[in-house]
Order: sequence, then structure tokens, then C-alpha cells
Amino acid sequence: MAAPFDLNDDSVVVVIGTGAGGGVLSNELAQKGISVVALEAGGRYLPEDYINDEWESFGQLAWLDPRTTSGDWRVAKDFSGLPAWIVKAVGGTTTHWAGASLRFQDHEWKALTSYGAVEGASLLDWPIDGAEMAPWYEKAETKLGVTRTGDRAGLPGNNNFKVFEKGAKALGYTEVHTGRMAINSAEYDGRMACQQTGFCFQGCKWGAKWSAAYTDIPAGEATGNLEVRERAHVARILHDDSGKVTGVEYFDKDGNLQMQKARIVCVAGNSFESPRLLLNSASNMFPNGLANSSDQVGRNYMRHMTGSVYAVFDKPVRMWRGTTMAGIIQDEARHDPSRGFVGGYELETLALGLPFMAAFLNPGGWGRSFTTALDSYENMAGMWIVGEDMPQATNRVTLSETKDQWGLPVANVHFSDHANDIAMRNHAYKQGQAVYEAVGATRTFPTPPYPSTHNLGTNRMSEKPEDGVVNKWGQTHDIANLFISDGSQFTTGAAENPTLTIVALAIRQADHIAGEMSAGNL
Amino acid sequence: MTKIERTGLTRRALLSRSVAAGALCVTGAGFIAAPNAAWAVEVTVITEHQMATLLQMARDIYPHDRVGDQFYAVAVKGYDAEDKKALVDEGIAALDAAAQAAGHADYVSMGWEEDRVKILQGMEDSGFFQTVRGGLVTGLYNQKDVWPIFGYQGESFSQGGYIDRGFDDIDWL
Repeated sequence: MAAPFDLNDDSVVVVIGTGAGGGVLSNELAQKGISVVALEAGGRYLPEDYINDEWESFGQLAWLDPRTTSGDWRVAKDFSGLPAWIVKAVGGTTTHWAGASLRFQDHEWKALTSYGAVEGASLLDWPIDGAEMAPWYEKAETKLGVTRTGDRAGLPGNNNFKVFEKGAKALGYTEVHTGRMAINSAEYDGRMACQQTGFCFQGCKWGAKWSAAYTDIPAGEATGNLEVRERAHVARILHDDSGKVTGVEYFDKDGNLQMQKARIVCVAGNSFESPRLLLNSASNMFPNGLANSSDQVGRNYMRHMTGSVYAVFDKPVRMWRGTTMAGIIQDEARHDPSRGFVGGYELETLALGLPFMAAFLNPGGWGRSFTTALDSYENMAGMWIVGEDMPQATNRVTLSETKDQWGLPVANVHFSDHANDIAMRNHAYKQGQAVYEAVGATRTFPTPPYPSTHNLGTNRMSEKPEDGVVNKWGQTHDIANLFISDGSQFTTGAAENPTLTIVALAIRQADHIAGEMSAGNL
Repeated sequence: MTKIERTGLTRRALLSRSVAAGALCVTGAGFIAAPNAAWAVEVTVITEHQMATLLQMARDIYPHDRVGDQFYAVAVKGYDAEDKKALVDEGIAALDAAAQAAGHADYVSMGWEEDRVKILQGMEDSGFFQTVRGGLVTGLYNQKDVWPIFGYQGESFSQGGYIDRGFDDIDWL
């Protein structure tokens, strides 16, 4: 049967969310001939719709439904209703992401074994490893057209990279290059090469950056096996008396409650919405929420240890020109406890436009200390820090007292840094500042974390059912036909930007689901 | 409603009707204006003194010496509104009271920025201060006309990006 599908068609796989996890999974299943209904809370925006303007684009793409925050992270004070900067649109946050596509290092799959127990952290080994993931990573890199993998060349370095590279080499760093990026350095897969426009975070108007919105989604739709329902906000996952899921209730674009039957449900709403949905789906049979017999749903929220370093020079840099994040130093990504922390971090070039620099350089800051920094905006270079943060059971997504426009409890996001996160951030600030000082920076700014873009770990993968929510396939331990397909299944965060791993897991999960369906197990 | 407009008032007329207020003039006729008559803000709900104080406060919170008052005026003109009047009344009164306690006639008549900043630091946690400061983050820095002063070039897609326009033109490394 071809799309569109009937609400009563209980043979379909329902995928909730269409980003790096759900968008890829939907297409991969559709390519295998499986009928998929993808429910997406946001609308559909394509390159011609994207806006080269930070605030206007934010208003167009960002998830702005209410959320609440708690914990001692500074985001809870500075951006209390905006714990994350992620996207509500077909393609999800793949419209906004910077494109950095790094594989986990082998030891990071086994964080507990590699680092040993860390006090206050709920470290765990993934039930999979680098060898198992290698072929899936290769498929993901091919799909995304990742530079410096396969035979794909690296991107050229922009001004911001050149400053960063020179400082890095002066410090003796050796693993410095323009990154492994899902941004075309040459025409690839029918999409053109990067035009060095900047505004990677606002959606690539050339389509040079991979986004599910204009690759996997239309490819899946072209098979006739995928129906994407836009502005469909899922309220609840339903189940029968045997405990298997049977469908989902959602509010359609007109605000009417609909019910779509399903053979399998895959949840990929990002690490806030996915656990929120499981918790909001509580029933008499599952009073603590679906797939939550372990009480692990919502726990171990990770956001990567982040921060930024900006620096001012006596001459212009014009960091906003060109690819936003095509630059990386990987020397600090290793695990080397002699630095005073476990795990490692990457340093990646980053630029913000003037409006966002004003909002994020030092939120709440004012006076001449702040404004003289912006006065030198043209002479500024910038980098982002992304490192492995410690999972903590108390960092978690719970249901808030606040309700959304549908009357559903929203996610409360509670986060406090672990001492290891703080030690790593301070080390990274020092190294980042040293990079720029080596090129003659006259002033440097260790800038606090922004609202999270890497949201991980709230439905984590575990060998044992009591330690997590899903097994090695992303299948919930409790309910055989309920899967988690986004970054919330991450057991630990590793130091790398997560999208490539989310995509690799989604491709692998599609293969598994298709196999189990044809074997009659699902 | 308030509006920013080029005023037809002559410099002499402005000066003859104005009371010095920092770099601004309170004209006493429902306007505050630049001394050189390049621009003016009309006020209809709040007083000229309150608008002049808001302007000075905006500049003291985010002082950019190369950014003209007209940009700050755009950023605060929204406070001339019925639903903002109570906030402005209370906030400016508190600001002036603090200035008077420090031996000045009012906030805008304090000659040194560092003295005014001390007054602001004393009320940094107030709702009034945080509202004005927070509003300026977008109200001031998201004005496209202010971007060139900082060298920021804004939108680039329509010009083909920077691939042929200097994405890697740094020459001093």
C-alpha cells in the first residue's frame, strides 16, 4: 500500500520526529519497502525558505514551545525557558547543525571500563563498540558526504580557521584541519559545493550542508512508502493489554486529536521530547511512563561539556565569513587523566553574527567590559569547546508543572555540572586562550555554554534492563515494538559532535527492524 | 505611539526650548531631540525627562562611542506606551532617587558615566533594569543599520556568499 496511509492502518511503522534519527530511519525503512508514517511537530522549510538573519531564523526554526529548567547550570538562569537551541521543523536539528561529523574513539564506547568508576557519575559501557559500528559509520559518512572520509576532500579554511590553525601549530598541536564535515567541498549527491556564506546554523541556502529536510525525507517520500505529516504533535503512545504499543495520539495541524495505529513505534523527538513523551504516556499498566520499569527514562541527561573562547586581535579577522565550524583541533580529544579529568574534548572553530554575539558572549553582561569586546567584533576569532560530560542520574528530564499549548506537561530539564566537567572546561578555556594568545590576541573571552544543542542520554542504551531504557538496537527493554531512534539512546556522550553517530545508529536500527519484521518477530 | 523622525525644528529653536540632558535635548514639546536636530523622539505617554533618562541609561548599559544616539532611541522608544508606563514611572523615579541620594539633581544630570554606572549597579537586580537591559540585547544589536558600525556584514547569500569575496583574505598572520 502506498502513502498516504489510513489512520487505521496498523501495518505502518510510526516514526516520531524527522531529524538525524527519525528522518534517516524513516527513509531507510521506506527504501526497504516498509510503510512509514513520520509525525513531525514542526513545519516544512527548505533552502529557499531559510533566512540569513540570526534572530529571524531563530523565530522561524527553533523549538519555542515552553520548557522549564532547574539545577545550577548557568543556562537555567540566563535562558530559563530555553534549555536548548534545537529545531522544530521537518528535518529537525539537521537544518541547524554545523555539520561536524566525527566518529567516536574506540575507548569512548566503553567509558566505564576506560575511565573506571567516577564518583557521582553513572558511567556505563555501551553494549556496542567501535568495530561493530565501523561499517555503519561508513554508510553514514557516505550518506552525509563527510569531507576527509572516503575520497572526499576537506573544505578550504576561512579566516577564522587560519587564525585558529596558526595558534594551534604554535602550541605544538598536530591534529589540526578543516574538519570532517557534512558540507560539500565539491558537488556531491546532487547538491552543490559550499559557497562560504556563513549562516550554517540558519539552514544552508545552497543545500551544500547535509540536512534530512532535503535529502532523506524527499528520498523516502519518493519511494511511495513514507508519509510525513507536518505540524503533528504527538501527545501519547498507546498500548494494549499485552503491553505492546498499538499507535499514537497526536494533535494535527488544525489542533484536532487524531489516532494513528501502528505495528511499531520509533521515538526520535530529541532528548527532551522523547522522554517527555514516554512519561506523558503513563497508563494504569505503566504508571511511571512507558518503558520505564528501570526508572531510567529521563535520567542521565548529557549536553556535552561546552563553552567557547573568543579573542580580539589588533587587526581584522571577520570570522563570520565562510563555513561556521570548518576547523578542528583533536589533540585534546584523547583520554589522559594526567590533565586532571577523564575523557577528552575537541576544539572547533565557531562564529556568531553580531546579534547572537551580543546575546551569548556574556549573557547578562553589560558596561564597558562587555561593549568594548563587541566594539572589536570585526577583529574577533572564535572557537567552540565540545567534550565528554559525565552522565549523572540526577541530571534529568521530568514532567514540569507547566503545560504547553495542548495542555500537556512540558519537559523540565535539570542539569548541574559534574566536577569532571568543570575541570575539563577550565582546561579547555586555558588551552583555547593559549591558542589565540600564540597569534597575538590582545584579549580573550572564556565564554559560558549556550543553550544546549547536543542533548543526549535520557533513554540510554544498556546491556542490562535495570541500567537503561533500550538495548543495543535501540529497542526498549520493556516493550518489543517500541524503539528509541535519537540521541537520547546514548549511553555516554563521547567528545564528538553526536549527529554522525545518531545517523549511523538509525541506519543500523532500520536494518534490524526490517530483519525482525521479515522474520516475523515484530 | 512614539516615532522617530527627522525633525523640522531649527537648531536655534531646539536650543532655545531645550534643557540640557546629557547629549540630548528635552525640548519640552513632546519631543526629545539631538542637539544637531538630526533626529527626534516624540513621546506621548511617558515624559520627555523619562525618555531622556531611558536613553542615557541605555547608553550607560551598552556604551558604544561610535554608535549614535538615534540607535539607542530606536531601542527604547517602545517604552513610550501605556503598558510600560508603570514600569517606567517606578524605574526612573528609583534611578533619580538614587542619584539624588548621591548628591545629584537627577540621573541624567550626572556628568560622569562611571558615577551613573554606580547607580545602575545598585539596581542591577531590579525588574526595571533587567527589562531594559534584556530588551536592548535585541533592540540595539539587532538593528541592521547598526551592524556596519561594528563591521558586521549581515546577509550574504544574495551576494553569492564569500567564496569570491574574502572568506580567506586575512593577510596579517
